[in-house]
Amino acid sequence: MISTLFYTTKQGIVNIFKNKWFSLASVATISACLFLFGVFYTIILNFQNIVKTAEEGVSITVFFDEGTTEERMAEIKELIAKRAEVRQIDFISADEAWESFKDEYLGEYQDGFTENPLADSANFEIYLNDVSMQGALVTYLESVPNIRQVNRSEVTANTLSGFNLLISYISAGIIVILLAVSVFLISNTVTIGISVRKEEIGIMKYIGATDFFVRAPFVIEGMIIGALGAAIPLTAIYILYAKVVEFLGERFSVLTGIMTFLPIEVVFENLLPISIGIGVGIGFFGSFTTVRRHLKV
Amino acid sequence: MALERRRKKQKQKAEDVVILDHVSKAYSTGAPALDNVSLRVKKGEFVFIVGDSGSGKSTLIKLLLKELNPTSGTIIVNGQDLGRLRRRKIPKFRRGLGIVFQDFRLLKDRNVYENVAFAQRVIQAPIRDMRKAVPAVLSLVGLAGKYKAKPRELSGGEQQRVALARALVNHPSLILADEPTGNLDPKNTKEIMKLLEDINDRGATIIMVTHNREVVNEMKKRVITMKKGVIVSDEKEGEYLDD
Ligand SMILES: Nc1ncnc2c1ncn2[C@@H]1O[C@H](COP(=O)(O)OP(=O)(O)OP(=O)(O)O)[C@@H](O)[C@H]1O
Ligand SMILES: [Mg+2]
Repeated sequence: MISTLFYTTKQGIVNIFKNKWFSLASVATISACLFLFGVFYTIILNFQNIVKTAEEGVSITVFFDEGTTEERMAEIKELIAKRAEVRQIDFISADEAWESFKDEYLGEYQDGFTENPLADSANFEIYLNDVSMQGALVTYLESVPNIRQVNRSEVTANTLSGFNLLISYISAGIIVILLAVSVFLISNTVTIGISVRKEEIGIMKYIGATDFFVRAPFVIEGMIIGALGAAIPLTAIYILYAKVVEFLGERFSVLTGIMTFLPIEVVFENLLPISIGIGVGIGFFGSFTTVRRHLKV
Repeated sequence: MALERRRKKQKQKAEDVVILDHVSKAYSTGAPALDNVSLRVKKGEFVFIVGDSGSGKSTLIKLLLKELNPTSGTIIVNGQDLGRLRRRKIPKFRRGLGIVFQDFRLLKDRNVYENVAFAQRVIQAPIRDMRKAVPAVLSLVGLAGKYKAKPRELSGGEQQRVALARALVNHPSLILADEPTGNLDPKNTKEIMKLLEDINDRGATIIMVTHNREVVNEMKKRVITMKKGVIVSDEKEGEYLDD
């Protein structure tokens, strides 16, 4: 059994070198597809990160009717905190509001005030789980007694959630197309490579080889080709990513405030297993199914 | 009484390596290639199958190795009812056969040793056994010195001897050969026939399809003559019949 395993693996590797051009074509096809996939994935991931960072800054501010007691405010806070849309809710007291206003706008002239002119400006700052939920939450908040005013950042919220959705759709579309193209290309390449060996498979079957024994070297060959086809684009992306981030940082330094790039480790956390999985998976199923067609002797 | 009959039946079953019982085979086109053929081959027999081109000889061989299934009738080979043999079990069944074709069917990109060794790898023979069995059978067919050669570097006769070595290395009890000398000159033909005769003397059953009149007439073995899918004669020490 062990010698069979050894023989099969060795035969798979021998096959790769024996069919140099076929192997090369297959590796190139898988590499090209996975490279495109990786590039899109990386771009999408960064975009989503940028959008998410922006989204996290989106907040709703709630002000209360004049004379609302602290107890009532605490009640309202509890009500709001229960809502599914709410990620975080911060209470800003009138004094805190005044302090931050002073710091921001009055600078050195702040000493002229003895009383808090913003006595009624105690408020909640509410951060959302998902900006698209803002509308629903605002409607709710406006219906709560004692709430005087709800300030929201409508424009940002709508653009962001729309943008995010658009990116998700486009990326899903591109990935589906890429996968379809690569499966098509690879099954074509494998079919060409295997029809050459159709005769060989027939002979093996005459001698009494099981389907497994005939198939195993082909499958191992396919998996190695798939793994190589994943390793090459991953290496390329790893190297390119650092270069591109550096380039963008230098060239568009204005943007650095808005655009925060994810570290490569975060990108690879999913990209690495997905790429290897797709590469090896395509190699496995490609050879598995194409050999099957020739096994019925 | 009943016991004795059963014992007799079992003995018969063990003796008959091949049984065809009212076997017909029709391809989708034209007349049936085999038409209601019944036949028994005993253990240790050497049987020639002769007949015109298109008389159904190769079809018969393909049925015996279950490359094809009959349209009707029962086929039993090595005690195995082929109609009941599942697809998954075919490889194991074929390992009990040695199969030789007119066109050799060697693995082109492997050398002589690997071609023969392949049959041993298929049955998962231990490496140590393989290292003994392969050289032994190669020297039996007189090719011990060429074990490193690729098939394209060998003559037709040598290639057929490699194919024969591959068929023999697992010591099959039944050898099916479809025109094994069809591509060979008289000298090589004689050598292959000598080998087959030796193997037969050691107890293997051989069924060989051939068009070679001299071979058939010299060997004085059983000869089955076919015509249009029917057995027209079956002689114990037969001769190649003319039309
Ligand atoms: N795959 C097939 N499909 C359809 N008809 C076939 C097929 N194989 C063989 N036949 C037909 O079946 C008949 C018997 O063919 P078979 O190959 O058994 O003849 P044969 O006796 O071996 O002839 P030869 O001496 O020329 O090898 C022929 O009429 C042939 O045309
Ligand atoms: Mg024939």
